Amino acid sequence: MNTVIFRTLAPLIVAIMLVFSVYVTLRGHNEPGGGFIGGLIAAASIAVFGMAAGVNTVRRSLRFDPMAVAGFGVVLAGISGLASLFTGSPFMTSIWFYVEFGNSIIPLSTPLFFDLGVYCVVFGTLSAIALSLESDREEDL
Amino acid sequence: MEYVLAALVGLFIAIGTYLLLSRSVIRMLIGLTIFGNGVLLLIFTAGRLTREVAPIVPDGMEVPAGPIANPLPQALILTAIVIGFSMFAFLLVLAFRAYQSLDADNTDTMRLAEPENAPNPPLSY
Amino acid sequence: MGGRGVAALGSSLEAGIGLAAVAPFVAAILAPFIQRFAGAFAGWILAIVPASIFIYLLGFADTVIHGHAVASSMEWIAAYGINLSFLVDGLSLIFALTISGVGTLIILYSGAYLKGHHHQGRFLGFMLAFMGAMLGLVLADSLLALFLFWELTSVTSFLLIGFDHSRQAARRGAIQALVITNIGGMFLLAGAILVYQLAGSWELSAVREMGEVLRGSDLYLLVLICFLGAAFTKSAQFPLHFWLPNAMEAPTPVSAFLHSATMVQAGVYLLARMTPSLGGTDVWTNLLVVFGGVTLIWGALGALKQTDLKQILAQTTIASLGLLVLLIGLGSTYAIAAMVVYFVAHAFYKAGLFMVAGAIDHEAGTREITALGGLAEKMPVTFIGAALAALSMVGLPLTIGYFAKEEMYLGLMSGEWTAILVMIVLIAGNAMLAGVALLVMIRPFLGEAVATPKKAHEAPIAMLAGPILLGAGGVVAGILPDWLGHEVLVPGASAILGRAVESHLTLALDVTSLLLWLSVLTWVLGILVYRQADAIRTVLRRFDKALGWTADTVFDAVMFSLIRFSGAVTRLLHHGQLEFYLVIVFGALAVALFGPMLIWGGFDWLVPTAELGDWSRRLVPPDLAPYEWGVLALAVLGLAAVVIAPSRLIAILSLGAQGTAVALIFLLFGAPDLAFTQLMVEILSVVVLTFVMTRLRLDQRDHRPFEDWARDGTLAVVCGLGVSLLLMLVLNGTLDTRLSDFFTATSVPIAHGHNIVNVILVDYRGFDTLGEIAVVMGAGMAVLALLRRQRKPAAAPAGAEGKKRVRKPRKAAS
Repeated sequence: MNTVIFRTLAPLIVAIMLVFSVYVTLRGHNEPGGGFIGGLIAAASIAVFGMAAGVNTVRRSLRFDPMAVAGFGVVLAGISGLASLFTGSPFMTSIWFYVEFGNSIIPLSTPLFFDLGVYCVVFGTLSAIALSLESDREEDL
Repeated sequence: MEYVLAALVGLFIAIGTYLLLSRSVIRMLIGLTIFGNGVLLLIFTAGRLTREVAPIVPDGMEVPAGPIANPLPQALILTAIVIGFSMFAFLLVLAFRAYQSLDADNTDTMRLAEPENAPNPPLSY
Repeated sequence: MGGRGVAALGSSLEAGIGLAAVAPFVAAILAPFIQRFAGAFAGWILAIVPASIFIYLLGFADTVIHGHAVASSMEWIAAYGINLSFLVDGLSLIFALTISGVGTLIILYSGAYLKGHHHQGRFLGFMLAFMGAMLGLVLADSLLALFLFWELTSVTSFLLIGFDHSRQAARRGAIQALVITNIGGMFLLAGAILVYQLAGSWELSAVREMGEVLRGSDLYLLVLICFLGAAFTKSAQFPLHFWLPNAMEAPTPVSAFLHSATMVQAGVYLLARMTPSLGGTDVWTNLLVVFGGVTLIWGALGALKQTDLKQILAQTTIASLGLLVLLIGLGSTYAIAAMVVYFVAHAFYKAGLFMVAGAIDHEAGTREITALGGLAEKMPVTFIGAALAALSMVGLPLTIGYFAKEEMYLGLMSGEWTAILVMIVLIAGNAMLAGVALLVMIRPFLGEAVATPKKAHEAPIAMLAGPILLGAGGVVAGILPDWLGHEVLVPGASAILGRAVESHLTLALDVTSLLLWLSVLTWVLGILVYRQADAIRTVLRRFDKALGWTADTVFDAVMFSLIRFSGAVTRLLHHGQLEFYLVIVFGALAVALFGPMLIWGGFDWLVPTAELGDWSRRLVPPDLAPYEWGVLALAVLGLAAVVIAPSRLIAILSLGAQGTAVALIFLLFGAPDLAFTQLMVEILSVVVLTFVMTRLRLDQRDHRPFEDWARDGTLAVVCGLGVSLLLMLVLNGTLDTRLSDFFTATSVPIAHGHNIVNVILVDYRGFDTLGEIAVVMGAGMAVLALLRRQRKPAAAPAGAEGKKRVRKPRKAAS
């Protein structure tokens, strides 16, 4: 599997996949996509990257431990649910606010942050599993 | 067409069951995946099938113009897929570790927790 | 009912009734901490709790003596009409005062008896918790509350008997007591529910008015058996008496408190409480008198058999319990009066004697009556306490025991042959108890001094307070018959009988009365028994040896066969072969699928009817496009390939094929989100599987013996067919789309999202999704934990070879 072509192309593919995963997540509320799919795409890209560049390189370039990302995701999702406490409504009631950014209005909402949390959890957990399986294999060979 | 899918679901379940009843751990895992896919299709079909119209409201409209696919089973299945995969990964690694430490991938020889000749409970106070 | 009624006291006082039962529990929680701070004074400090309860309860005395009852109730489980209600009447007040009064002395005593024991705090806590349970039991008006406290006394008794849990005998005694009394508890619960069904109320104060209904019901015998089962187990009636002597493994304060004065009296209390509701019938009288009488004689003989002071006292307790049950069974005014007085007398002298036995054991180092003698010189105060108690037990005039005896004989003067028979049993039992009382009083204290394991000296004051105060109390009550009659006998007996009772206790001795001569006869026989105690013991022990087995051996046999039985059942069901577990699971699945369909006509739609049209009309080819057929074919091919895959690579690839087919089906039928997700999951699955599977051995073919193959295949086909049919049945019905419609209609207006599936996930059902991502993360952590390598220490010999081979299967490495 470790052909030159694969190793050369892998970072490019990974970069495209990662960007695409964020795009899919952010548009999820209105078009096909969402945190689950985005996270899966990102995790798959990490798995590919791990095969091409080796686990240690991937871990270094990730900067964060993937499980930490997953933990952050759960906390982010929980907090975005808790935000509704400030408006006096039940847990997980969504709040929308609109930020004016130049000429366009960007709608932000707690479900968006919730979805980002989902993204982080799926991405973090699955890439952690993939990476540790890969590193297990590397040491075995 | 729903009946065809119902038959397909039955086939998934049957194959999954057959593989789950195997003594080889890896076959059981494959069986579990297939069984899981069967259940996903079961939920999907039970929510009725609609061709090609995704449950997405077109831009600028409050409600979809015509009939759309049932969104509820889709939401249920979406999480089920991800959780199912996590469980699959976990079971796979568990089987792998069991194979490494017990040197067994046959459930008949995995008797660490329930040894063949378990002693009687003690007859005293 | 006369002038009896519920008095309206201040609400604060009423609320306090429940508090009286709760306060000891609070104290019990604090006890270990208090003991840690106060050390030797813990007993003194904690005794304040029962003492204040005693004083508080005394406040009710005036009301109760005038024939009123005080009730307090609060809602407990409103949906079922169950209240936490308490009632203070003559009966419960006598019991509650005994419990808190004796309890005060016992807590004091325990403080000194277990001084320096490293679990003293725990012990005091258990004791106080028990006291709370017992107070709750006697004060409860609701049958369910009574049951609850009843079980709590069993549990605390278990903890106390097994306090010294390093000894097997203590553990056995504790388990035995728990098993026997809990069987009784179940009887009580069943009885309470039956009574509720018949009388329509949980409240005892209401149930007692329904006596006619209960006695006239077809279920009366069943109700009676339930309550007798509860009372006889708790109050150690023959043949369920054997747990009580074994409970003597507990420290002596426990024996003095639980197993003489209070807990074992719970059964007596229950019978007395149920007298107006269940009592008075022939079967009630016969059962209670026969069982009570046999228990009386059996216990008295048992006492004569023993040489250990505590065992002697335990056996006399059994005898006394039998006597009390017998008196309740007789049910006449005299008998009930005698029962009330005897209960008080017994609580006074038996608790005192137990404390004396504990003091002797504590100071002299032994409880064997044959190894003791002449202690009166060294322990004069203890001796006085013992003598006062023993004389009350003998029933001499000027003690409370005298009146108890007089009253019981008085009720049997009718001259009928049954009365004479009961009288003979009573005289024999009383005589033997008197003999035992003399034995306990004289043997250890008088006569020649015998060398004891410890150098005997007087016990500390906390241990003397109990015997002296209780002994003195017995005498004071005996000197004041008017007080005893009006303040104890009348309220207690009227509460039991449900009608006004008059007292006629007097100190005057009438030489012409047969009654006095019956008492004299009892004393004379008692002295005879005392003088011949050693001979009687030899005879009884020889008899026991000839018999060869006891209730204890039966209990052990039952318990052990229960353990063997459960072991056999476990081995049968929990045989350790995963395959068979799964066969059972899928067999159950098949039954669950086909059973309801068969029963409720799930196959009717298969049969052609006029309504649905015949088969030729229904058998139209499905309207599927060719590419859709292609996707389905891909799924079928993938599945088939997985089953027959000759190599693992093909197995993995075919698994991917069927997964992709599923994704395509999602895509074709309007679920792009699912399709993407499924596709990504399939890719990741294949990646992960390749990582793992390349290192696992996979047999080329799925070898199964023919019979396994047939069994698995049949199960698989049946389950698959069942799911298919069930799904078709579902498709035949109508779909409830209310929820989907709501989501579809409100997704944009309320949740501002156009992708309805995503809106459901992150908004409408966000809480579910939060739980689900937590599960995903949990699975991930579990995987990491499993994959984490245990780094071998560098010094390990394998280390020299390099890390690479370390993780090989253990067998291969060695």
